[in-house]
Amino acid sequence: MEREWIDVITLAIVIVCAIGAINVKDLLGASILLGAYSFLMCILWAVMGAVDVAFTEATVGAGVSTVFCVAAVFHTTRRTKD
Amino acid sequence: MKILGWLTVLMCGALLIFNVSEFPDMGDANSPANSKQNLSEYFLKKAYHDTKVPNVVTAVLADYRGYDTMYETAVIFSAGLACFFLLRIFRKKGPKSRFYRHTPTGVTLRIDEGGKLPEESDVFKRIDSIWIPHDNIVRITCRLVVPFIQIFALYVIAHGHYSPGGGFQGGVLLGASIILIAVSNNLRAGIQRMSEKGAALMGSAGVLIYAGTAALCLLLGSQFLNYNALAKLLHIKPVVARYNGILIVEIGVALAVMAVMVWIYYNLSSAGKHDEGL
Repeated sequence: MEREWIDVITLAIVIVCAIGAINVKDLLGASILLGAYSFLMCILWAVMGAVDVAFTEATVGAGVSTVFCVAAVFHTTRRTKD
Repeated sequence: MKILGWLTVLMCGALLIFNVSEFPDMGDANSPANSKQNLSEYFLKKAYHDTKVPNVVTAVLADYRGYDTMYETAVIFSAGLACFFLLRIFRKKGPKSRFYRHTPTGVTLRIDEGGKLPEESDVFKRIDSIWIPHDNIVRITCRLVVPFIQIFALYVIAHGHYSPGGGFQGGVLLGASIILIAVSNNLRAGIQRMSEKGAALMGSAGVLIYAGTAALCLLLGSQFLNYNALAKLLHIKPVVARYNGILIVEIGVALAVMAVMVWIYYNLSSAGKHDEGL
C-alpha cells in the first residue's frame, strides 16, 4: 500500500515536469525540467525493481542528455536571426 | 494550426491510454511475460547454469540477446557520426584572432592572424573571447571528483556480472568525467585529455571489439556471437568462455559509449568549431 503511494506521487510530479517542460518559455528551464523528469523516472524504475534500467536512466537521461541540452541551448539566441 | 496540433496530440494520447486497458495486470501470473511456457522462466532458471553470471539482466543483454546490444552500440556510434557530419566545421570564417592572458599581470593580449603566438605555459594562457575568471571552488572540486567518478565507472563495467550496471552505464560515466573537465575548465582542457581523433578511434574500436568477438566465434566454427567457441582459443571451459565473452563485449560497449558521448559534447558545445566552447 505504501509503495503504491510513492508510485502515484512520483508519477504526478513526472506529469507536472513534462507539462512544465513544454510550457516554460525559457529553453534552459525546459532542459533542466527534462532532467528532473528523467531523474523521477529513474526513481520509478528503481521502485519497480528494474535497477539496471534505473541506472541507465540516471546516467544517460538525467546526466549526459541534460548537459547536451544545455550545450545546445547556449547556442540559441533570444530572438530569431532571420 | 494550433488546434489541429492539439487535436492530433489528444487523439494519439487517447489511443495510447485506451490500449493500456488491454495490458495484463501488474504481477499477473497468467500474463505472457510470466507464464511457464515463456522465455523469462527459462532465463531465470538457466542463466546462471549457462553463463555463470548471477545478474540475469547482464546475461540476457550481452549473451542471449547479443545481437540487440551489438546494433545498439552501432546505433550510438552512428549518432556520434551523424553529429560529426552535421555540425563539424573545418573552414575558419572571418579574421582569426586569438586571446591570451598574461597571468602575473592580468593583461589580455589579442593576437591577430599572422602574429607570433606565445608558447602555452603558466605565464601565457589561451582564453576564450568571452572570458570569465575561473572560479577556483568549481574548478578544484570538479578536478577532485573526476578520479572517483572514473574509478566508479571502471567498477561498474567490471562488476556488471554481479550487480546492476555494465558497459553502457560505465561508458557514460567515463564520458561524463571528461565532459565535467571540459565544463569546469574550458573545451580545450577537455580536448587535451581526449582529442577528437582519439574519440573517433576509440568509438570505432569499441564497435570493432564487439563485432570482432562475434566474428571470431564464427571463424572458430560456431555461430555468430556464440562465445562458447572462444573456449578452444583460450583453453578454458565453455561456460567460463561465455562469462569472459560477456566481459570482453561489455568493455567494447563501454569504449564506444564513452568516446561517442565526449565526441557529441565537443561538437554540440562549440557548434562544430572545436575552438571555444561552453
